[in-house]
Amino acid sequence: MTSKMRWKIVLVVVVLIWAAWRASYTFSFFSLSEEQKAATPAEQLEALENKSLNLGLDLQGGMHLVLEVDKEGLPADQASDVMERALEVIGNRIDQFGVAEPSIQREGDDRIIVQLPGLQDEQRAKRLIGRTALLEFVPVETPDQTDLTIRAIDRALRDTLAAHGELPPEPAEGMPLSEAEQMARERPFSSRIRFSMQIPFFLEEDVEWAEEQLARLDLDAILPLDPDDPTRPRVRLGWDKETRTLQDEKEYRAFYVLAADALMTGSVVISADIRPGLDPDYPNAPGVSMRLTRAGGRVFAEHTGNHIGEYVALVLDGVVHSAPVIRSRIPAGTPASITGNFSDEEARDTTILLRAGKLPAPMTIVEERTVGPSLGRDSVTQGIRAMLIGGLLVVIFMLIYYKAAGAVAVGALAGNLLLIVALMSSLPVSPKPALTLPGLAGIILTIGMAVDANVLIFERIREELRNQKTIRAAIRDGYERAFTTILDANVTTLIAAAVLLRFGTGPIKGFAVTLSLGILASMFTAIVATRVVFDLITVKWNVKHLSI
Amino acid sequence: MEFLVGTKFNFLGHRRAAFILSVVLIVAGAISLLAHGGPRLGIDFQGGILMQVQFEQPIPAQDIRDALANVGLADSEIQHFGGDREAIIRVGEEAGGEDVTDEIMGALNDAHPGNPAEVRRVELVGPKVGSELRNRATLAILYALVGILIYISLRFEFKFAVGAVAALVHDVLITLGVFSLLGLEVTLPVVAALLTIVGYSLNDTIVIYDRIREDRRKMYGKSFVDIVNTSLNESLSRTIVTSVTTLVVVICLFAFGGEVIRDFAFALMIGVIVGTYSSLYVASPLVVEWQVHAEARRRRR
Repeated sequence: MTSKMRWKIVLVVVVLIWAAWRASYTFSFFSLSEEQKAATPAEQLEALENKSLNLGLDLQGGMHLVLEVDKEGLPADQASDVMERALEVIGNRIDQFGVAEPSIQREGDDRIIVQLPGLQDEQRAKRLIGRTALLEFVPVETPDQTDLTIRAIDRALRDTLAAHGELPPEPAEGMPLSEAEQMARERPFSSRIRFSMQIPFFLEEDVEWAEEQLARLDLDAILPLDPDDPTRPRVRLGWDKETRTLQDEKEYRAFYVLAADALMTGSVVISADIRPGLDPDYPNAPGVSMRLTRAGGRVFAEHTGNHIGEYVALVLDGVVHSAPVIRSRIPAGTPASITGNFSDEEARDTTILLRAGKLPAPMTIVEERTVGPSLGRDSVTQGIRAMLIGGLLVVIFMLIYYKAAGAVAVGALAGNLLLIVALMSSLPVSPKPALTLPGLAGIILTIGMAVDANVLIFERIREELRNQKTIRAAIRDGYERAFTTILDANVTTLIAAAVLLRFGTGPIKGFAVTLSLGILASMFTAIVATRVVFDLITVKWNVKHLSI
Repeated sequence: MEFLVGTKFNFLGHRRAAFILSVVLIVAGAISLLAHGGPRLGIDFQGGILMQVQFEQPIPAQDIRDALANVGLADSEIQHFGGDREAIIRVGEEAGGEDVTDEIMGALNDAHPGNPAEVRRVELVGPKVGSELRNRATLAILYALVGILIYISLRFEFKFAVGAVAALVHDVLITLGVFSLLGLEVTLPVVAALLTIVGYSLNDTIVIYDRIREDRRKMYGKSFVDIVNTSLNESLSRTIVTSVTTLVVVICLFAFGGEVIRDFAFALMIGVIVGTYSSLYVASPLVVEWQVHAEARRRRR
């Protein structure tokens, strides 16, 4: 045995042991049942998962979103870092959502790719991520204006109801209406309102009714007009995001009459943090401290100075998230604080809101691919079934057609599959390549194509044997002659795979990855490893007849 | 066991007949493509929304259509998918924005409260992304062809490269033609399959070219036609064995791999068959044609 051969044996054995060892993580991870997973300590499970093969979203179920940030119309200073902020905003929103291993990546100039594995509620995620974050600071109208507005709605609604015959009946002779009926006739809207701290509230069960009634009215024609610009109303309406329990222990939702024009948008917020002890009335409650830009600070200082005791609402996409009261003038340059009887969670939500609102550009979902967990599971089962049946047929064919040599090729095929799994689970690239459904198809295709190298070699050896060469010479020449052919043939397939890697998206990339790894691995297993086996057999046992 | 060894098929003798067959196949596909205004593009390439929905019990497509008509989506395309409990609903992009999946599920569950539906898959592609993907797919195929042309020109002679690329274009055109004739959609995975066909068919072609290169040295003095015929015969058993093993796994993928990947597997199936044929009857015969004409011209001078 030559020393070159000895080295080759060592190389093949080491590579195959490494592949088996790496691939074993994947097999042990995926053979865990749900109960076993639950019983394993989280850290241990995570370590195992990190070392095993990544499943693509189309196999494990999940959501793939591509968002586009509309930069048009942004001032240059904002456009420069709008993508960084958009990434942060989306990151924040996804954190709120609590998905296990989200991935958020920037793509190109104006796109962001979000991947949420194992996601269950497609609609909720889309609403949360895809919405336009427009945060505004909007003054809540004075009680006078609120009153005027609500009375205007009352009048209009009474006319509308009367026109549709939906008002309670007129008082009949001798049958005076009860006070409640009288109110419902005269003030159909405000009769359902209860005021608290000068803010109107609706019972939670009345909210839907109120929304429906408001939708019937032409609000632009009803609401008090802007004295400076009589073509539009000076107020707008906004519901609170949360319900509140008032003294009578019932759930109410606040109905705000807001100024039509926002004081400023969320883009003036530089930072927002949770700080304890900001409010002497609630020394243990967390507060939110926010720093504003210079321009924002000036606007805020002027407004807070002139409107002490009034409310300012934090409005995100038309919904009021909170409406703190102005305690004192907040001078420009000093941090503003938002305090109250906050829970930790409320304080955290408010900071998220203030930060999220920094995104002044709308985002739209331009591409979505969601696969439900059940379909992903089906795909894995069916893919593996196709692989087993196809693999088995190929194995049977190789054993019949090439006998013992066929068995060597089958061994090489098994080594090839191990190597693909091992390489895919340990490639030091980020993000780690994932096994997708087309990728699984690529592996199945590799089974068919990987034996090709051995077919080429075996056919050559047979030819050489027919030319009366000795077994060892036939093997040597068979391998040598087949090698250039295999190389040429594989390079062209690799060109196609490289193009797919460059131009493909998501699942298609997964296909290109498994296809190229399969080809590269087959160059090793089908050429180097099988050669070692043949050489060993012929040198050690000095065989007279080659079963091929 | 061995078969197809020592064969003496006269592949090149039939090359004109084979050219006619290829042309007929390509023209048939081209007529269908022209009649339909190009390949039937999936939402990947033209934008739109596709939803795969599974019901608890079997449901006729008409019931789904009626339910969708309630929310103004009567124009959606509905198709059963791998059984009568599951359906694919396709909605044009203009029919609704991001909330359309919400609307569809609402409409289905309102109309058939006793037969709840589950979302199995959603694919939404905006029109801009659709046209981008279309450009990218076209570019990908072009780049792959150019890359291969360059590689083969380097490794062989230019006329071989032309023969190989002509065979690839032949394979891609016939596969697209079959898809058009059967009314199947061209999606991203199908384009990936086309590129794989390109790689695979080339694999076959190159093995034969390699043999021609070798036999040309060995059979010095013989006519080019004889050399190529010998090479085709010598590599025939390998060509068939590899095609069979590949075809076997692709058929398994088609039969057992599931509905989602069926069109992809089908494209591969056509491609493997056509690719094997074109390696034998298109790529090398074209090189022979070229060589014969070049020799004839030289003699005339």
